[in-house]
Amino acid sequence: MKTQEYTPLFDESEMQTVKMHISKYPKPMAAVMPLLWMIQEKYGWISVDAMRYVGDLLSIPHDHVLGVATFYSMYFKKPMGKFHLQICTNVSCMLCDGYKIFNHISDKLGIKNKEITPDGMFSIEEVECLGSCATAPMLQINNKEFHENLTIEKTDELLAKLRNSN
Amino acid sequence: MEKIILKDIPDLDKIDVYISNGGYSALKKVLTGMKPDEVIAEVKNSGLRGRGGACFSTGMKWSFMPKGNEKPKFLCCNGDESEPGSFKDREIFEKNPHQFIEGSLIAAYAMGIQAVYVYIRGEYWKWINIMEECVADAYKKGLIGKNILGSDFSVEMYVHKGAGAYICGEESSLMNSLEGKRGYPRVKPPFPASVGVWGNPTTINNIETLANISEIINKGSEWFSKIGDPKHPGTLLYGVSGHVNKPGVYELPTGTPLMTIINDYCGGIKDGKDFKMIIPGGSSMPPLTKEESLTMKMDAESLKAVGSAIGTAGIIVMDEDTDIVHVLQRITKFYYHESCGQCTPCREGCGWMLKVLDRIMDGTGRHSDLDLLISVAENIEGNTICALGDAAAWPVKWTIRKFRKEFEAKIKDENIELPVLNKVHGLRKSDEYVSIDTNENILVESLIGKVQEITVDENLKRYSS
Repeated sequence: MKTQEYTPLFDESEMQTVKMHISKYPKPMAAVMPLLWMIQEKYGWISVDAMRYVGDLLSIPHDHVLGVATFYSMYFKKPMGKFHLQICTNVSCMLCDGYKIFNHISDKLGIKNKEITPDGMFSIEEVECLGSCATAPMLQINNKEFHENLTIEKTDELLAKLRNSN
Repeated sequence: MEKIILKDIPDLDKIDVYISNGGYSALKKVLTGMKPDEVIAEVKNSGLRGRGGACFSTGMKWSFMPKGNEKPKFLCCNGDESEPGSFKDREIFEKNPHQFIEGSLIAAYAMGIQAVYVYIRGEYWKWINIMEECVADAYKKGLIGKNILGSDFSVEMYVHKGAGAYICGEESSLMNSLEGKRGYPRVKPPFPASVGVWGNPTTINNIETLANISEIINKGSEWFSKIGDPKHPGTLLYGVSGHVNKPGVYELPTGTPLMTIINDYCGGIKDGKDFKMIIPGGSSMPPLTKEESLTMKMDAESLKAVGSAIGTAGIIVMDEDTDIVHVLQRITKFYYHESCGQCTPCREGCGWMLKVLDRIMDGTGRHSDLDLLISVAENIEGNTICALGDAAAWPVKWTIRKFRKEFEAKIKDENIELPVLNKVHGLRKSDEYVSIDTNENILVESLIGKVQEITVDENLKRYSS
């Protein structure tokens, strides 16, 4: 199976987590999603080499891992900004001015959907419903924290806070 | 009204608080005094119907699972919840996670399950962490694992994190995703109860469905069957969003009038406006007009009678100033984005519908577009492996039928449309239209999408030659 040697992407303690994930399922292939999440957590995105590495860890074909990684929209196949802002514009958010928030951030940062600012700090993405409809409009940062009930002022504050946290 | 799931007890998400309020007593009751068949019968008698949208009898679903232990059996708890307008499972994870865990353990006992997988959408980072903690707490108390509470029943429970695919809320797609594959829905039959995840018998239940189980066991099926509408008993977690003053999740009996939910619980429409359209059960459900909404009761049968459905009870309210065409365009964009690409009608059809809606929004729509949209929708509906095709087709079909005037208003009235001989692509008569705009120039839009601007004189030459 192994066609090439790679520098291991996981250290000893992470390999324990890998083993834990594999043990949760009857077949090792099922651990591909948790492992891709681990790669993304550590490196920020998933390169093709990382997909090969995951394939080798689970003894599954590399192209299968590529197929999975490209199917799911939360896996980043290219580097994103340090703060990846995912702004919901689906129906409920749209009714509560989600597009206004999106356009405001887009104008302020000078980038369009799925683009990164030149300093690598921010990237933005127009995403589908994140299950925060009662607290619309909202955005998520780096697939993690929700920021809900946004207004233009709150968005500006948030951007300033993120910029200063660097 | 007594609440079944979202009880008003502070810190109920902590295992000790949950246990001191009678938590896990239903699990004890079934492990010590009830046979698996008795549990299934009790759930069947309660009349509990699945809360994921299909409204299928839960007890019936459980009874399809084969008896005996020749093959391992699995339970998947569907917390993918990606339907726009639906955000109820999140509330359960946050406010009463252990009642859901208890319900799934009882389900596991009733069906002889070896492992329970809780599939939660990847975007719910916070709630995945909560659930992982709760499952770990339950393991520590000996409520999950080997020989639960000293009985000979053992089951494992794992949380599986999704990665942003709406389609994984479909049960067979969820199973593929759990197996570590692309989330493609499977052709049925075979049904999951015979060939499910890893080829083994599997049951897939919604989080809210499972959260109801422990109270049915504690208080009895008769008590449960008397709540709300007799044909669809129990409470629902109504998630209200859009133009209302107090959006949120409200737990109320089935059959609650829609206007009661909006006026009494959600504080009416924002800014004292009137409303125009309400989507009753998440974005895929056919919308209701104002007239229909005024008398509508929120349960499976009442909504079915007007050609809509309860879905996930995610109510989206739109006020009188809402642009219905824009709303439909956004909904269609969502289904275009989320179509898995397996079936041609859905993959291509969603793209076509979006293109046509885009041009209506741009002001370049044609009068024939409305019937074209309905025709495309009808050719998707029922012709796909899973229900995503239907989910994309219904809003288009029914929004245009119920709000046709809104769409016609977007198509410029001053345009005169004349079919002409297609000189660009040979001599066949095509459905190409010439529309005359105010500058007396003629825009010829060809089927390949090129727009040519020619003067009136040139056009006359075209006609006469």
